[in-house]
Amino acid sequence: MHTLSLVIVLAPLIGAIIAGLFGKVVGRAGAHSVTILGVSISFLLSLVVFKQIVFDGVDPYNGSVYTWLVSDGVKFEVGFLVDELTALMMVVVTFVSLMVHIYTIGYMRDDPGYQRFFSYISLFTFSMLMLVMANNFMQLFFGWEAVGLVSYLLIGFWYQKESAIYANLKAFLVNRVGDLGFLLGIAAVLMFFNTLDYAEVFRLAPSMEHVTVEFAMNEQWSIMTLICILLFIGAMGKSAQVPLHVWLPDSMEGPTPISALIHAATMVTAGVYMVARMSPLYELSETALSFVIVIGAVTALFMGLLGIVQNDIKRVIAYSTLSQLGYMVVALGASAYATGIFHLMTHAFFKALLFLAAGSVIIAMHHEQNITKMGGLKKYMPITYWTFLIGALALIGFPGFAGFFSKDSIIEAVKISTVSGAGFAYAAVLVGVFITALYTFRMFFLVFHGKERMDEHTREHLHESPPVVTVPLILLAIPSVIIGALAIGPLQFGSFFGDAIHVLPIHDVLEVLQSEYHGVFSFMLHGFMAPAVWLSLLGVGVAWFVYLKRPELAGDIKERFPGIYNLLDRKYGADDFNDVVFAEGGRGVGRFLWRFGDIKLIDGVMVNGTAFGIGKLAGIVRRVQSGFLYHYAFAMIIGLLVLLTWFVF
Amino acid sequence: MSSEFPLLSLVIWLPIIGGLVVLAAGKNDVLVRWLALAFSMLTFLVSLPLYTGFDSSTYQMQFAEEASWVPAFNIHYSLGIDGISMPLILLTSFTTVLVVIASWEVIQRRVSQYMAAFLIMEGLMIGVFCALDAVLFYVFWEFMLLPMFLIIGIWGGQRRVYAAIKFFLYTFLGSVLLLVAILYLYFQSDSFSILDFHDMRIGMNAQIVLFFAFLIAFAVKVPMWPVHTWLPDAHVEAPTGGSVILAAIMLKLGAYGFVRFMLPIVPDASHELDWFIILLSLIAVVYIAMVALVQEDMKKLIAYSSIAHMGFVTLGFFVVFNIFDSTNSVVGAAMGVEGALVQMISHGFISGALFLCVGVMYDRMHSRNISDYGGVVNTMPVFAGLMVFFAMANAGLPGTSGFVGEFMVILAAFKANFWVAVLASTTLVLGAAYTLWMVKRVIFGKVTNAQVAELKDLNMRETLVLGSLAVMVLLLGLWPAPLIDVMHASVGHLLEQAVSSKL
Repeated sequence: MHTLSLVIVLAPLIGAIIAGLFGKVVGRAGAHSVTILGVSISFLLSLVVFKQIVFDGVDPYNGSVYTWLVSDGVKFEVGFLVDELTALMMVVVTFVSLMVHIYTIGYMRDDPGYQRFFSYISLFTFSMLMLVMANNFMQLFFGWEAVGLVSYLLIGFWYQKESAIYANLKAFLVNRVGDLGFLLGIAAVLMFFNTLDYAEVFRLAPSMEHVTVEFAMNEQWSIMTLICILLFIGAMGKSAQVPLHVWLPDSMEGPTPISALIHAATMVTAGVYMVARMSPLYELSETALSFVIVIGAVTALFMGLLGIVQNDIKRVIAYSTLSQLGYMVVALGASAYATGIFHLMTHAFFKALLFLAAGSVIIAMHHEQNITKMGGLKKYMPITYWTFLIGALALIGFPGFAGFFSKDSIIEAVKISTVSGAGFAYAAVLVGVFITALYTFRMFFLVFHGKERMDEHTREHLHESPPVVTVPLILLAIPSVIIGALAIGPLQFGSFFGDAIHVLPIHDVLEVLQSEYHGVFSFMLHGFMAPAVWLSLLGVGVAWFVYLKRPELAGDIKERFPGIYNLLDRKYGADDFNDVVFAEGGRGVGRFLWRFGDIKLIDGVMVNGTAFGIGKLAGIVRRVQSGFLYHYAFAMIIGLLVLLTWFVF
Repeated sequence: MSSEFPLLSLVIWLPIIGGLVVLAAGKNDVLVRWLALAFSMLTFLVSLPLYTGFDSSTYQMQFAEEASWVPAFNIHYSLGIDGISMPLILLTSFTTVLVVIASWEVIQRRVSQYMAAFLIMEGLMIGVFCALDAVLFYVFWEFMLLPMFLIIGIWGGQRRVYAAIKFFLYTFLGSVLLLVAILYLYFQSDSFSILDFHDMRIGMNAQIVLFFAFLIAFAVKVPMWPVHTWLPDAHVEAPTGGSVILAAIMLKLGAYGFVRFMLPIVPDASHELDWFIILLSLIAVVYIAMVALVQEDMKKLIAYSSIAHMGFVTLGFFVVFNIFDSTNSVVGAAMGVEGALVQMISHGFISGALFLCVGVMYDRMHSRNISDYGGVVNTMPVFAGLMVFFAMANAGLPGTSGFVGEFMVILAAFKANFWVAVLASTTLVLGAAYTLWMVKRVIFGKVTNAQVAELKDLNMRETLVLGSLAVMVLLLGLWPAPLIDVMHASVGHLLEQAVSSKL
């Protein structure tokens, strides 16, 4: 297992190095061949690992590769932990990555940065694998920052585009705010546990449950709450939870394949993965769980609302991603970690599918992304149409599709959760279902149905994308349909995760749900008796009525409620606030400290003031050295007098 | 422990002799360059056995040399290194080679004097790291200023005279106080041996006075807020090579002074006043980072960034006492000191590399203003790749050396005080903000003007210099253990000294 893990991680890295450093030598075909080979090896071996761990019952592997450093007796190591949770993530990551690699051949065909792109996405795969396979907090942080780096490079891939290089800087900095919390969380772990090894920390955690620390002003905090909230701040950055969500919509400036891979399927779910991995810690702090569930619920509802007013096809999907990440986080807060991971997995497939299908539309439209300028694309691109529809149905949780099972499980779990904030979260995720269906099918109808609103030139050139694009769509559509029904039994109600996820009996909502679970079909039937399915159908209906049946209605609504529309259009003012307060404010403070502190005060008063003062003094002293003999003689006489006086008296 | 072969003397005097030879070679620029390269390479090679032959199990001074120098005052020519100074010597000899290569065609005026100044300075700086006699230390310390003063004053920019004099006066002010402190210690102990100073008892009042004398002497060099304003000026005016040595090595000398003099000689005063240095360090990390954000001159920006990063070094040294107070043991404190030492080495590579990057651009465009650039990646892709790499390292990205030291110091600071750690870790955001914002404006975007459009990418020589620094930054980031392992014994001993009262 040791060698296997190492090969899985290194194969994409080697591919990335070859494509990146020797891109000119290997050429375009060489670059995509070598990286696809690397990722394919990772994917196939991940399947082998998955089979061994899940089906053959091989014990989880936990071993170190090398010692990074030792200080103060604490060993910082690079190593792997491969258990059920890791194995699942490895398969999801490498599969989506492979699909995106293949798709990229078509999507980036004419781009001059072809080799560079392949190098980056392979490097990303390596980083993401390092993140999910880590067996300690240090390496987790390595992977955490490394995926952030690749995300930065890829959002700014088209470096000539001003909006892209603005977006990548913003993404990096906002993520860094989260990482600040994350790093402090790691420091807290080290302080109280004196190790960063997962196994060791989890083993010691129960004995630390009631330990408190004086935080500030004599306030006692449970250290578990402190650690969990600090770590979660990191997750809020990476998984784009309110208020650190602002970078994700802008990240859509990057090429579409990476929106699918990084900003939908894998990297942004790192926060969800991390909390699930840390379940033995989160279980010990109800406060942290409440914090998590409330943040998740706010994100799920309010980010979904923004999706309704967006006209850029990628941004609609981006806000949808934010909202769905909120769902996953809500599940974590309800202690239904397995459900969170379940939704992470189904979402990875159907959201990657939606993004890639959107990319296919964008190619056909000659890089036009405004959905109000599309319409009626169904007849031009049938494969894209049907796969997009599958993705959309999975996203809104239409019974039978993958998203239905995971989302319904989340809603059911939150319903019976007793953690404070769960009531609010339940309301939020229910309303969110309606919203999801509304924005998804608004986009769907505007793109594929109704009047053809594009210009004549574009319409003439409309055609279905080549097989390197459509094959990945089909391959992603398959799991978007079936994975939910297949996985719900073992993942939700079976013992799939073994010891990888730890839930205290009093929090175990899945235990309760399990007693009501009688197979896939009864779960679907039960779905029809709960509000969620009806809400989503209602959402589709409203979208159909407003955007297809009576298209003039949309404009009317916009004019009737300008306040709400503006609030949504301005994204609740979050970007404006950040621009004014943090970006402008930060520079303002910097300018003040520089101009006033450094230049005026220190240089002006202290340094040059001293120099000036000495100069003045020297001027006075110089007058004494006049060169006239009688001055010196006079001085000597006075000196002599003073000395005499001194000695005599 | 004493070795038969005077390796340390060789490492000190070889470059100084080399400098004199280069000076004698005079007008023949080609010969001068090759001679300078030969001597710097040779010095680097000779310094390598210091690592390979180093015994990391002991804190005792190694490769020690001892000879009487001025018997009347008990002054000795006494040298020796431990796990703290050894890596710094290697950093010095490595960096000097790169500076010689980097200055190859760039310097056309008074080449022999230029190269000689760097070689002589190299020997003097290594001398500072090796000296175990306070007078010898002081001599190296003072003489080292001269070549740098000349480098800024002769090969510098337009305001070079102002910058050179500011540099000299600032550091001279510090040096004078250092001399007074050393003389006081001599009159008390009748010895100039630094190791004897470590063992002598000193009363609290005297310790406090000495503390401030040392503080001013070393804080100017580091530099710490508020005695930092000479650095941006010096950097801006200095030629590229001067900036590299200044940032990579000279700043480290100040930090080295803290561990060689302050902590072991006046531990009680350091313990009492540690909050003051922590405060100054945090000001460096936050205030200076904010100032760096708004700089319009790239060299100034990197200079301010250097000050902010050196804040981590002083912070790492002085969180020790807080940890000791709360846990009553030094376990946990070593990470802070070791992190600070790693930060010193790492900052040597990264800031040196960034100054070289600016130099590469300056040689082509003769401007350091951020607003004169934009879209450099379009014409210099290889350079852009390296520059982004070093910028990321400067922002403390894991996998680069810039992460290691900051990570360790923050971990240690958390043990000392939660809020200190919070303020220190703002560097994650601020450091990334000022570095990457500069990168955005200089490297990315469309080609902004005709000059940028005509830029030529790196030549072999520049690629070699920046590439080898990139390798070091990456190696140290991926596997810092070999560096940290040599420090353990010396740092452990230092901590014992720091927490044992001398009253």
